[in-house]
Formats: sequence, structure tokens, C-alpha cells
Amino acid sequence: MNGPHDIGGAHGFGPVAPAAHDGHYHAGAEGWEARAMAITVAAGFGGHWTIDEGRFAREDRTPLEYHQLGYFGIWLAALTRLLAERGLVTEDELAGGPVRNDTVPPNRCLPAAEVGPMLARGGPVDRDPQGREPVYRPGDVVRTKNLQPRGHTRLPAYARDKVGRIAHVQGFHAFADESAKGDRAAAEWLYTVVFDAGTLWGAVAENPADEVTFDAWEPYLERV
Amino acid sequence: MPHDHPHDHSELDDMTARVMALETLLTRKGIVESAALDEIIETYETRVGPRNGAAVVARAWTDPEFRDWLERDATAAIGSMGFTGRQGEHMMAVFNTPERHNMVVCTLCSCYPWSVLGMPPVWYKSMPYRARAVREPRAVLAEFGVTLPEETAVRVWDSTAEMRYLVIPMRPDGTEGMSVDALAGLVTRDSMIGTGLALAPEAA
Repeated sequence: MNGPHDIGGAHGFGPVAPAAHDGHYHAGAEGWEARAMAITVAAGFGGHWTIDEGRFAREDRTPLEYHQLGYFGIWLAALTRLLAERGLVTEDELAGGPVRNDTVPPNRCLPAAEVGPMLARGGPVDRDPQGREPVYRPGDVVRTKNLQPRGHTRLPAYARDKVGRIAHVQGFHAFADESAKGDRAAAEWLYTVVFDAGTLWGAVAENPADEVTFDAWEPYLERV
Repeated sequence: MPHDHPHDHSELDDMTARVMALETLLTRKGIVESAALDEIIETYETRVGPRNGAAVVARAWTDPEFRDWLERDATAAIGSMGFTGRQGEHMMAVFNTPERHNMVVCTLCSCYPWSVLGMPPVWYKSMPYRARAVREPRAVLAEFGVTLPEETAVRVWDSTAEMRYLVIPMRPDGTEGMSVDALAGLVTRDSMIGTGLALAPEAA
């Protein structure tokens, strides 16, 4: 979606100020932010949504809301939306109403003893290509398509309809655009595509020979 | 941006109360367990962090066979050191040279190699870094106190899929004969994101 999260190359956000923002959590908000992080990770273990459905729930917001909520505020807003959409909790329960016993039961609940193994296992997204070969090879010149779906995509606006070249073939990976709709089977070849800075930013590129890469599934690309 | 002003007490209390209420609800419904939340927080505070990545870098500096493996199959090479899992399932190591400086961002959200660097710092997740790293990496680097020679090209890696990138900074001069552990002490978190350089031995 052309959402508020897609800000690569945008102007107006000011300095990075790394020294003032060096911690994992915002200064003064460590308590609730750490808890929000952990609740999100633990609830995700239930398997009621894919990582891409989670990302879409975060970015599918008005720009005002996205920028006002703050980082972990967005996480919480997405988590509560997903829990309610899947029927695990009701809006009334989230608003402090009585706890009901007729909601969808969780697939599983992460016990403390399973945290270490679960984090060490992670969630690999590489899939068996079942004989499908990658269409592109390193060095091939490609153009990104001008895709502007209403749903989730990982093709950033700044990289649309631009000519670059294949730097690496990264594997056959779950396809985010379809996984965000709940399709856990969809997978495509994934490539790292490299662009010259001058191609992306035109005459105002800091240094036209600098490069930017992004990771593109095959349906994002066409041969030049 | 919200992180640019101090949270006032009422806002903080409100968020604290909301998250406590959510945890209570989800616990009562059997969706999460509080002890598991403690364990997740503890893991990223004490066990999984940039020391993991620093050990990988120091070994790459001193062990040519490991360096080759890291270049061919970073997921396996890093996994062999016990660093696996969440947000590190598919790793690629990118090597800084006098000709090319690598730097990592996620413009669309905050993708970051948790298995080797732990949780990302606030600035990495911030709108200014996400917006500017791809467009003006040298100006961003200057805010980190890093100035590269003009002849060093910058390559910015935007983590838009599930590949996670670990920058292998250049080994500083004057470190011949140092132990692997001592070398790891020169490897900062920022040097593995590409917003810093490895420390000189006298600065460590």
C-alpha cells in the first residue's frame, strides 16, 4: 500500500541524533515498551497470523496515526487489531469489559521454558522451489515494475520503475505480498537488486556512484 | 516525532496502564504467560546482543577459512557459533573494503539482525534514519562522526525481505597479534550496522 510507513528518501524528518536515541526503548518508557515487545513476540508464537500480516496491521493506518503512535505504540495497535480480527479477544474485552469464555482459543501459549528454543529456532521463510529455476542471474539488468497495490508490498516507492541489476540470488522465499493476505504457501525467487544513487535520486544524489540495494521477489521485476 | 520530546507523566502512566491491562487480559485468556514475557525481555537484555556479532567479526578477521565460509553461507557460518533464530534466519555478511563501505537500513519498518546484534536501537527504527539513509548516507554518517574518503563508494542495503545483513567492518591498523577476544572488543554495534567503524586499539 502507498502507506505512511514507506518513507525511504522522504524529506523533512530532521536529524538522526543517534546519541540521544541509542537505547532499545525510548528514554523513560522502557517499562511498557519492553512489555509491549515481549507480548507481541509471545502472542505471535500462537501462529494466528504471518509476519507479513503483522507488518500490514502496523502500516495500514492514517499518516497522522502512524506518526503519532510511536514505534511500540504501533506494535500494540497492530497486535490488538490482529487479536480482535482473529476472534481471540473482543473489542469489549480490550476496552476493559468482562472476560468472555466464548472467544477463539489460542493455538498455543508460549511457556517460559520454550522461549529460548523458540527464539533460537526463529521462523525461516525459505521454501522448496520444486524445480522452479530463478529467471535472473547476477549481473542481469532489470527494471522494477510500477506496482502500487492497495495491500501489503515490500517494493518501496523510491524503487519503483527503476533500472538496476541483479547482485545476488538469495533463495526461494515466502512471498510477502501474498503472505500478508494469509497465503502461507506462496513463494518466489528473491534477489538483491542494486541501483546507482543517481538512478534513484537524480541530479541531487549525494554521490551518483554510490549504491542502494533492496530485496525483490521475482514478480517485482522485468527484464530490460 | 514522538521520540523527540520527553513523554510526560500522564502519557507514560496511560501507556503503562494500557499494557498492564492487555497483559492481564491475555494471561487470563491463555494467550500469553507472564513468565515467558520476562524471559523474552531478559534474553535480549543479557544473552542476545552485539557481542554475538562482534565474535563473528573478530573470527572473520583472524580465520581465513571462516571468513570464506561467512562470505559463501553466512547463515551456516554464524549458526556454527550458536547464533541462530529469530530475525537472523537468513543472513548475509557484507565486507567493508577501502573501495566500498556498506550500511544497513530498513526503510519500510525496522528489520535488523536480532540474532547477532540484539534489538535495534531507537535511532535505527526512527523516521529520520529510515527516510535519509538511502538518500543521503554520507550526511547521515557525518551525524555519527564518520567521514569516508570520496573514493570509497557507499552501498546502502535496504532490508525489504527476510535477508538480514551483518556489516563486517575493516580490521583497524595496529591490531596484529591481538587475541580474538581483544579484537572483538574493538567491534562496536554501529560498526556492524555500517554507521560506525571498528575502534582503533588505543581507543577501545
